[in-house]
Amino acid sequence: MIELMGTMEYGPAPESADQAHAWLDSHGRAFGHFIKGGWKISQRAKSFKTRNPATGQVLATISQGDRGDVDAAVKAARKAQKGWAGLGGHGRARHLYALARQVQKHARLLAVLETLDNGKPIRESRDIDVPLVARHFYHHAGWAQLMESEFPDHVPLGVIGQIVPWNFPMLMLGWKIAPALAAGNTVVLKPAEYTSLTALLFAELCDEAGLPPGVINIVTGDGRTGEMIVNHKDINKIAFTGSTDVGRLIRQQTAGSGKKLTLELGGKSPFIVFPDADLDSAVEGVVDAIWFNQGQVCCAGSRLLVQEGIQKIFITKLKARMEKLRIGDPMDKCIDMGAIIDPAHHKQIDKLVKTGVREGATLWQPDCALPKKGCFYRPSLLENVTPSSTVAQQ
Amino acid sequence: MLDALTVLMEIVEGSPMVSKFKRNPGTRLNMDLVDAIQVNRSAVERRAQTLSGRRSVKKQWQAAWLLKALSCIDLTTLSGDDTPERVRRLCAKAMNPLSPDILAALGLENTKLTTGAVCVYHNMIGPALEALNGAALPVAAVSTGFPAGQTPMDIKCAEIEKSVAAGASEIDIVISRQYALNGDWKALYDETKAFRKACGRAHMKTILATGELKTLRNVARASAVCMMAGADFIKTSTGKEPVNATLPVSLVMVRMIRDYHQRTGHYVGYKPAGGISTAKDALSYLFLIKEELGRRWLEPDLFRFGASSLLGDIERQLSHYITGSYAASYRQAMA
Repeated sequence: MIELMGTMEYGPAPESADQAHAWLDSHGRAFGHFIKGGWKISQRAKSFKTRNPATGQVLATISQGDRGDVDAAVKAARKAQKGWAGLGGHGRARHLYALARQVQKHARLLAVLETLDNGKPIRESRDIDVPLVARHFYHHAGWAQLMESEFPDHVPLGVIGQIVPWNFPMLMLGWKIAPALAAGNTVVLKPAEYTSLTALLFAELCDEAGLPPGVINIVTGDGRTGEMIVNHKDINKIAFTGSTDVGRLIRQQTAGSGKKLTLELGGKSPFIVFPDADLDSAVEGVVDAIWFNQGQVCCAGSRLLVQEGIQKIFITKLKARMEKLRIGDPMDKCIDMGAIIDPAHHKQIDKLVKTGVREGATLWQPDCALPKKGCFYRPSLLENVTPSSTVAQQ
Repeated sequence: MLDALTVLMEIVEGSPMVSKFKRNPGTRLNMDLVDAIQVNRSAVERRAQTLSGRRSVKKQWQAAWLLKALSCIDLTTLSGDDTPERVRRLCAKAMNPLSPDILAALGLENTKLTTGAVCVYHNMIGPALEALNGAALPVAAVSTGFPAGQTPMDIKCAEIEKSVAAGASEIDIVISRQYALNGDWKALYDETKAFRKACGRAHMKTILATGELKTLRNVARASAVCMMAGADFIKTSTGKEPVNATLPVSLVMVRMIRDYHQRTGHYVGYKPAGGISTAKDALSYLFLIKEELGRRWLEPDLFRFGASSLLGDIERQLSHYITGSYAASYRQAMA
C-alpha cells in the first residue's frame, strides 16, 4: 500500500468482456444474415473472420453476403414496407421507443461488444456511442409521432439500402436506421466487414422488441456486397458513410437510376489556433479533434494551423499533453486511445507518417507505453509540414 | 530539476510533510502576463466534465489513492459555535483518521498516517496545539477577516501576526474580492504581498473566494497575481460562499500554477475547499492534479483538501474495500 501511495499509478481498471463472449458463444461464434426477422445461414456460403484488433483474437465468423442474400433482404423489406408505413406515425413511434429502450437495457453488452470488435476505448463506446444511439431512436420516435402534423405531404421512399463504416459501427447504424424507419421506410443495412457484430446484436434486439419482420434486414459482407446493394433495382435510396473514393463510385453507379442518395464522406479538417485563444483549452481541443476514436473520425482535425507567434509555446503545451495520453487495452476504463481497426490500416498510417518524414517533416511521438501485441499506434505530431506535403493533403 | 527529483524521492520514501523545495518568493507584478490571460469557459467545463470519466482507479490502487487523499485533508472546523472540546475531538481524529482495524488490514499499523493539517479560527489555535500535543501536524488558522475580508488592513495584518505568534504554522488568508472584481490587480498584489510579509515563516494559503469572482478569467488572473505576490498555496474558497470548489475552477487555477512553475521554477500548492464531501469527488480532484500538474503535486506539501465530512466517506470506502460491505455511519468515530 505504501508503495502504491508512492507511485500513485492508476493501475488496471478493466471492464469485463464475459457478457459479450457469452453472447458470441450463444451463436456458436458464427453468424448469418438477419432477413425477414430471422437468421439466414447457408452452409455453402462464403464467410470471413472478424477479429479483436486489440489482441488479434478471432471473435466470430461472418457471412459474405451474395446476390441471393441481397435479393432476399430487399424482397423482405419491400414486402414489409407497406404495412410499416401503414402503421402511421404513432404506430411507428411506439416501435422506435421500444428500440430505444432495448438499446438502453442492453447498453453494457452493446458497448463491450463494440469495443471488442472495433478496438475503441470502452469509455467511448459506453459514454458516447451507445447512449447516442438510444438518443437517436428516442429523437426520431418523437418525429415519427409528429409526421402527420409536421410533414403532412411527405411520403416514405420505400426500401433504403444503407452502408455504414467501421469507425462508429453502432452509432452510424442508429443515425441511418432511426430516421428511415420514422419516415415509414424499411431498411437493408450492411455493416462494415471489420465490425458487423453490434449490428447483428441490434437485429436480435429488434426481433425481441417485436419489430415486424422485414422492416430491418442486416446483410453482412465486404465491398462486393455493398456494390450489390448499391446496384439493386428495387432499392429507392442509398445512404452511405465511408471513404470519398467509394462515395464517388456510388454516385457514378446510381446516376440515372432514379435512386436518392445520401453520402457522408471523409475530409482533412483543419484545427486553427489564433494567438488570443486560451491555449490550454485549445490543446484539449486538439486532443478531442484528433485522438478521439484513435483519430478514426470523418471530421478528425488532422491539420493543425497555429499562428506563428504562438507556435513555440503551443507546440510545447501540446507535447506535454500528449505525454499524458494513455494508450492500451481498450477494455480498460482508464485509457485514452485504443487499437487501430485493422493491421492493414495500421500499415497505411505508418506509411503516411513515413512519407511525411521523407518529405521533410519532423516526427514527434510521446514516450508512452504501448501493449506488445495488438494494433496500436503512438499519437504522432508532424512539424515542418507544408500545405503541399502528402500528409497535409491525404 | 535534480532538486525536484530528490524531493520526490524523499517524499515517496515517506516523509511527506517535509517541504524540500524553496518557498515561492514571488516575483514582480507582471501586468503584461496578467492581461494576456484568457480562459475559454465552455472548453474548461468540457475538460473538467470529461476528465473524471477518462480516469479510474480500482481495488488496491483505489485504496492507495484514497489514503493519499486522506493525507492531504486540512481537517476543518470553522463555526461560530466551535468550542475547545470540539477542536480537541477534531485533532484526535486528525491524528488517528482511520480505526486501528482498518489500518491493520491495510498493513499500515506502523505508519504515522494523519491528515494534512487541522484548520481552525484564531481563537482555537491554542486548544488545537494543546490537543495535538507536539504531533507533527500543522495547525492552520484562517485569517484577515475570514470569510468576507471586509476589515481594516492593519487589523488584518495584526491578525496574521497574532495567529503566527500563537503557533499557527499555516495561515489561510482571504483576498479583497473588490480588487479582483474591479481589475485593480496592483492593489491585490500589494495586499497579498503585505500578508505574506506578516506571515513570516508561516506558509500562506491565499483564498480567492472563486464563487464570488464571477468569471473564470478573474479567477485565473487573481491566481497569477497572488502567486506573483508570494502565495505558497492558492485556495478556492472559504466554504462560506454560495459556490465553493468546483472542477472547472480548479482546472483554471492549477493551469495557472503550472504556467507559474514553468516560468519561474517555483512550486505553488493548490487547495480546493468547500463542498468536497465524497471519496469519489476527491478522486476526481486527484485525477485533475495528476493529469494537469503531475505526480509531484500529489503530496500534502503541494495539495490539500479543505474539508470536514470528506474524511468520513473515505473511511467508509476503505472499510468497504476491506470488508466488502459498507459500515453504518455510527460505526465510525466522528471528526
